Amino acid sequence: MNRIGVFVCHCGTNIAATVDVHRVAETLGKEPSVVIAKDYQYMCSEAGQNMIKDAIREYGLTGLVVCSCSPRMHEATFRKAAASAGLNPYLVEIANIREQDSWIHKDIEEATEKAVILGRTAIAKVQLNTPLTAGESPVTKRALVIGGGIAGIQTALDIAEAGFEVDIVEKQPTIGGKMAQIDKTFPTLDCAACILTPKMVDCAQNDKITIYSYSEVAAVSGFVGNFSVKIKRKARFVDETKCTGCGLCTEKCPQKKVPNEFNLGLDNRRAIYIPFAQAVPKVATIDPDYCNMLKNGKCGVCAKVCGAQAIDYKAQDTYVEQQYGAIVVATGFNPINIDAYDEYAYSQSQNVVTSLELERLMNAAGPNGGTLLRPSDKKHPKTIVFVQCVGSRCDDSRGKGYCSKICCMYTAKHAMLIREKYPDTNVYVFYIDVRTPGKNFDEFYRRAVEQYNVHYVKGQVGKVVPKSDGNLIVYGSDLIEGKRLVIDADMVVLAAAIEPDKSARSIATMLTASMDTNDFFTEAHPKLRPVESPTAGIFLSGVCQGPKDIPETVAQATACAGKVIGLLVKDKLTCNPCVAHSDELMCNGCSSCEKVCPYGAITYEEKGFRQPDRTTKMRRVAIVNEAVCQGCGACTVACPSGAMDLKGFANKQIMAEVDAICL
Amino acid sequence: MQELIKKGKELFANGTVDRIIGWTRGELPYDREIRVFRCAECFEKDFVYDAFCGANLSKYLIEESGKEGKIGVFLKPCDSYSFAQLIKEHRIKKENVYAVAIECYGKCDSRALADSVEDAIYWITDNGPELKIDTVSGAVVRNTYDYMLEKCAACKTKKHAPGCDETIGDEGEKVDDCTRFDIVAKLEAMTPEERFAFWRGELSRCIRCNACRNVCPACSCEHCVFDNPASGISQKAAADSFEENNFHIIRAFHVAGRCTDCGECSRVCPQHIPLHLLNRKFIKDINELYGEYQAGENPDERAPLTNYTKADCEPSVVYKRGGKN
Repeated sequence: MNRIGVFVCHCGTNIAATVDVHRVAETLGKEPSVVIAKDYQYMCSEAGQNMIKDAIREYGLTGLVVCSCSPRMHEATFRKAAASAGLNPYLVEIANIREQDSWIHKDIEEATEKAVILGRTAIAKVQLNTPLTAGESPVTKRALVIGGGIAGIQTALDIAEAGFEVDIVEKQPTIGGKMAQIDKTFPTLDCAACILTPKMVDCAQNDKITIYSYSEVAAVSGFVGNFSVKIKRKARFVDETKCTGCGLCTEKCPQKKVPNEFNLGLDNRRAIYIPFAQAVPKVATIDPDYCNMLKNGKCGVCAKVCGAQAIDYKAQDTYVEQQYGAIVVATGFNPINIDAYDEYAYSQSQNVVTSLELERLMNAAGPNGGTLLRPSDKKHPKTIVFVQCVGSRCDDSRGKGYCSKICCMYTAKHAMLIREKYPDTNVYVFYIDVRTPGKNFDEFYRRAVEQYNVHYVKGQVGKVVPKSDGNLIVYGSDLIEGKRLVIDADMVVLAAAIEPDKSARSIATMLTASMDTNDFFTEAHPKLRPVESPTAGIFLSGVCQGPKDIPETVAQATACAGKVIGLLVKDKLTCNPCVAHSDELMCNGCSSCEKVCPYGAITYEEKGFRQPDRTTKMRRVAIVNEAVCQGCGACTVACPSGAMDLKGFANKQIMAEVDAICL
Repeated sequence: MQELIKKGKELFANGTVDRIIGWTRGELPYDREIRVFRCAECFEKDFVYDAFCGANLSKYLIEESGKEGKIGVFLKPCDSYSFAQLIKEHRIKKENVYAVAIECYGKCDSRALADSVEDAIYWITDNGPELKIDTVSGAVVRNTYDYMLEKCAACKTKKHAPGCDETIGDEGEKVDDCTRFDIVAKLEAMTPEERFAFWRGELSRCIRCNACRNVCPACSCEHCVFDNPASGISQKAAADSFEENNFHIIRAFHVAGRCTDCGECSRVCPQHIPLHLLNRKFIKDINELYGEYQAGENPDERAPLTNYTKADCEPSVVYKRGGKN
């Protein structure tokens, strides 16, 4: 006979204000097998926990139901309390009457009734709970960082600093990411390359860090502490170990008409290229889409001029398999495609550029060597109009609903830099709001307005009309003055919204990490666990989690490294004992479970079964590797015969819960 | 049929097989039973293949292929998909089976045929397009195509699934203008109330004889959930209409994605319940939501319901469909 204790938490007024907790305790106390039912102000407090422990000893409880907050919050607390009083921790069930009840209901009658139902459900389940014992699994002391931008670089450096091996996988030929393309950084206006490239070099020189550039994650299996990752090293047709980065091949290559993606297509590069001078690794890469030798076998100039004999036209993609304890996602962002914004004439005029393109136009290593010239005729622009929130805070399908967060500041930076360098230039900024929370941010913006006389106009641009001479007529409205503005501009700069890199979704799928509707990775808790994914062992660094500027990105990257180090210093992790197991007498060996298992935890063996006629019949049956199983339960649903079941969440228990609600 | 007998004798003679599973005459003139022939002589004497051999032999091979020796089997196109699916599920040991693909031009709905004749039938001769029925009051002739099983009238394919060892006759083609989903579309077009009334009308006749389950090649569990007291849904007489419905709905869910639409469930139902329509609705949905899929067709393909691809429909499809379907 079960002896169950029920404890109802007030959670201050969080629960008690909407749920009549006394009535819940009283009602649940009358349920069969319940020997004690109490309510208390804070069940998670020491006094509350002692109340539970005393009851376990006094009443010899065989099961415990705590009606409180989400099990994500305090299940571990109550399990610990139970264990210290001698009750198996897996004989504790939580009825979530806060998130699933008091917080979402207003009517006390209804909420109380629901709390009783949720409590009854947990009682029904705990009746069928069995004591479970957790095992242990080892931790591979190596981390993988996906993405080699400033976020990935900072996380990798910090993990390496703590003495752990880190691998960076970067899909581009060099690490550096978006920050390498940026000219100056706000609010201090120091040059991005000057502060980034030393960190890139640190990565290359750190013997704990391995950089897999021009590589992608191809497959991920395993679980926290024991991930196995297959990395695809795309053929770069240049032997990284031989290439000295002298750049001779990139000067001699006859294929000169390749859009230079580092300069966002504003100029051209060769078919063999080094993205920029400070690239890490500083190794050439052949672009197979443009190389004449690879396309039709006619050329071979680079191989001839290469003193190091590093060119290999027959190179193939290779794969590296590596074990990791933790994986960091630092996949970054891209500006959105703004072709749908016809009104800004982006695809009609070369002189309408995005802010990131402007960074390149102003950069000393950019297409104009740092002199700001407009793309169509290389003239100095005299009037420049900036348009904020292009695709940000957008309520239609062309853009994003969120604020991209960085645009107000970089636009102020652009405006200020232009006014500083070319004081004869008129600069207008059209904005919805100027958002400048951040250390020294508002001061920075005010400097742009007050010292540099940038014309900030509250209002939106309705239309940009290109003229035949390359100039642009900008039709806008000034909402404060209440008048229409028509500006004859030389250039228009659009602050395009940013979105997560397109590769993020497939990586999230491989990692079974969750994303929000905008494809930003979701954190385990928006306030309390901001750098961890809800999937154990997966950590988030940089813009892949949400829009961020560089200071914030670096802060998060270091925080992320801290969490990774916290995991890697452990020698063993406690396994979750709520894992699947197969009843071999019922198993058909059909492989349905194996096919849906995301962790590769299921294998098969031929096993002999004694038959009623005393013969032995060989049958194929499923075996679950309990160290690898994460208890997701996919197999139990796929199993046609019901042979597969989950400890702690048995089909019978789920049915009992459903019955408790419905019957 | 003569060609099949010749082939069977040859397989016995050259030692390819030591048993052949096939059809033989049953008690009534239109009954065909399933029998394991253990010698060429008895095979020659009793083997039958005609318009009444609707039975799918695949499921029997789960048991038979586990035994010593090798068994021969004749597979109609329909049956070959069940066979291939069972191999995929590791239920049939292929190495113990010699499968011969045979042609099929549709099988007869023997009950409809028997009902069309007033007098007692004592013999039926299958003349291809015509069936000559000898009754106590003389012979009558029926057009074979007028008495086909629904699954054959709306035949999906005359082409075999891969995995047979040899083919007798010409390999057929997929039926391009297959109309098997029209009948499902009709059900979909009903209001929920009409549809509920339709299924209650059908399922209320169920006597829980389990014939559908026992004949179904996809229902091949070592231990069926309906026979497992721990499952909470074990076999008992249906206490109310909900339980009558539930048995068939649970069964349809259990075979979803694995059902090849062989139609055996409806063929054997003594209460004439069109059970295969439940499964066919699943197949239609799978085709529409995850792309065309035929269970058993491709030995390496992942089944849509136990696979995840980025093109999969989102759960919101449920809301988009609303109450209409």
